Amino acid sequence: MAMTVRQRTRVSRTIQYGLLVVVVILAALLADWPKISKAFFNLDAVASQFPGIIVIALKNTLIYTVLSFLVGVSGGLLLALMKLSPVGPYRWLATIYIEFFRGVPALLVFVAFGFGIPTAFGIRFNVFVTVMLALGMVAAAYIAETLRAGLQAVPKGQMEAARSLGMPHWRAMVTIVIPQAFRIVLPPLTNEIILLTKDSSLVYLLGLAASQYELTKFGRDGITQPNAGLTPLVVAGACYLVITIPLGILARRFESRSARTKR
Amino acid sequence: MTNSSITPTVHAAGVSIQGLRKSYGSNEVLKGIDLVVKPGEVVCLIGPSGSGKSTLLRCVNLLEQPNAGTIHVGGFESTDPDVDIDLMRRKVGMVFQQFNLFPHLDVLRNCTVAQTKVLKRSQPEADAVAQRNLERVGLGHLSDRFPDQLSGGQQQRVAIARALSMDPELMLFDEPTSALDPETVGDVLAVMRNLAKAGMTMLVVTHEMGFAREVADRVVFMDGGVVVEEGPAAKVVGAPQEARTQEFLRRVLDPTHIDIVED
Ligand SMILES: Nc1ncnc2c1ncn2[C@@H]1O[C@H](COP(=O)(O)OP(=O)(O)OP(=O)(O)O)[C@@H](O)[C@H]1O
Ligand SMILES: [Mg+2]
Repeated sequence: MAMTVRQRTRVSRTIQYGLLVVVVILAALLADWPKISKAFFNLDAVASQFPGIIVIALKNTLIYTVLSFLVGVSGGLLLALMKLSPVGPYRWLATIYIEFFRGVPALLVFVAFGFGIPTAFGIRFNVFVTVMLALGMVAAAYIAETLRAGLQAVPKGQMEAARSLGMPHWRAMVTIVIPQAFRIVLPPLTNEIILLTKDSSLVYLLGLAASQYELTKFGRDGITQPNAGLTPLVVAGACYLVITIPLGILARRFESRSARTKR
Repeated sequence: MTNSSITPTVHAAGVSIQGLRKSYGSNEVLKGIDLVVKPGEVVCLIGPSGSGKSTLLRCVNLLEQPNAGTIHVGGFESTDPDVDIDLMRRKVGMVFQQFNLFPHLDVLRNCTVAQTKVLKRSQPEADAVAQRNLERVGLGHLSDRFPDQLSGGQQQRVAIARALSMDPELMLFDEPTSALDPETVGDVLAVMRNLAKAGMTMLVVTHEMGFAREVADRVVFMDGGVVVEEGPAAKVVGAPQEARTQEFLRRVLDPTHIDIVED
């Protein structure tokens, strides 16, 4: 009996789901559960992480992320505008910056800000400032490209309408073009925050006081406790998801909203 | 639209264009245009696609930079390199084929943003001016809508209200009804007719020959970057002298007509 396309799709999808269930059951049967739960889900070790993991680590991760995102967005906007500028040297400077900071591992930028610059110039930054600058400057390179695309996606007629109402170029940019560009890039910008949240774990490179620990450092510190196993890292991982999953949902919501308003 | 919605225009500015030339690369689009629009006069600009009508209009408020010639707009020589472009543009309202409303602002804000940012009016004053102009175009009840919640005809009327809110002394229209559904064209033309009666100086690129015959003081026919024929609407549209004008009008007024070529 011949099947319609839709029937065939349904059958193949049922088979795929079936296979997935079999694999999951096999994995569950073969795994050594007592050992796993002792190493990763030791309830005593979970309990010992609280409340520090929330009031210190989660809070610091959020602070590092938000600070560096603010630097990233302001720097990224400036770079995007330079990249679209009719002035050649602005464009070249922006291009060099973007290519450099996108090409170099964030870890090296952290080392440069944490040790290189302090050694070279004898300045000591506060940890929060170091994170803000190191992460923020890397983020700016990525955000610049995102924002440039957003600025270019705003129809030319918007600038023309604003100019013909007597707005100077900068005023039309600030009031009309940039707000629309941000709406267009809201989904990729949200994804950028998710990446930053995870990159804030690089703070472990800097010498930190316990009150400055963020999630990863806090988790690494936790596993050195006797009998904790790897459970503290699992708890830290769960805390990352508490931040990133809502952001992911938000990004998808923005995406479907902009898809709807585009006629 | 009732006669009570006619608001007399206090200041009306004229336009005087001499020897205007404009090229894109090696493509000369305007080949020496002379055109005078007296204060309070309504001039319709007609001509085939690519003849340079939009370019001419856009040169008047310097959205395009002319290569040669002079343009005087209400006391400004806009082709003077030292002219304050933004000051000149405040006197010149422009309405685009694609409306170019600001999609991130509601209807009222569309009409107030330039008033507050450019003319430095207070928000309540700007709101009052905007509301008055929205009522003038028959849309006073839609001031809290966003552009994507309006029909094309409504959007174009908002665009007219937005331009009028800057108290212009001259209005430029570039095919204001070409992107509209046929049933909404009439509303926009009615608004323009009232504006003309109120004494506004208007330079209108249009394919609406009915509007040109009824409202225009003068009709200018352009082809290939030059003015081919100009005069009272009844003469240029009703009894054209030039062969090119006759040919163009035959195609516009009877688009399905096919010339039967006889050998
Ligand atoms: N920004 C530009 N760059 C290069 N060429 C241009 C540009 N704008 C217009 N042109 C060219 O100039 C010529 C005149 O264009 P214009 O838009 O003024 O014609 P138009 O009379 O308004 O035509 P339409 O009725 O189709 O709107 C066309 O050949 C067009 O290709
Ligand atoms: Mg045109």
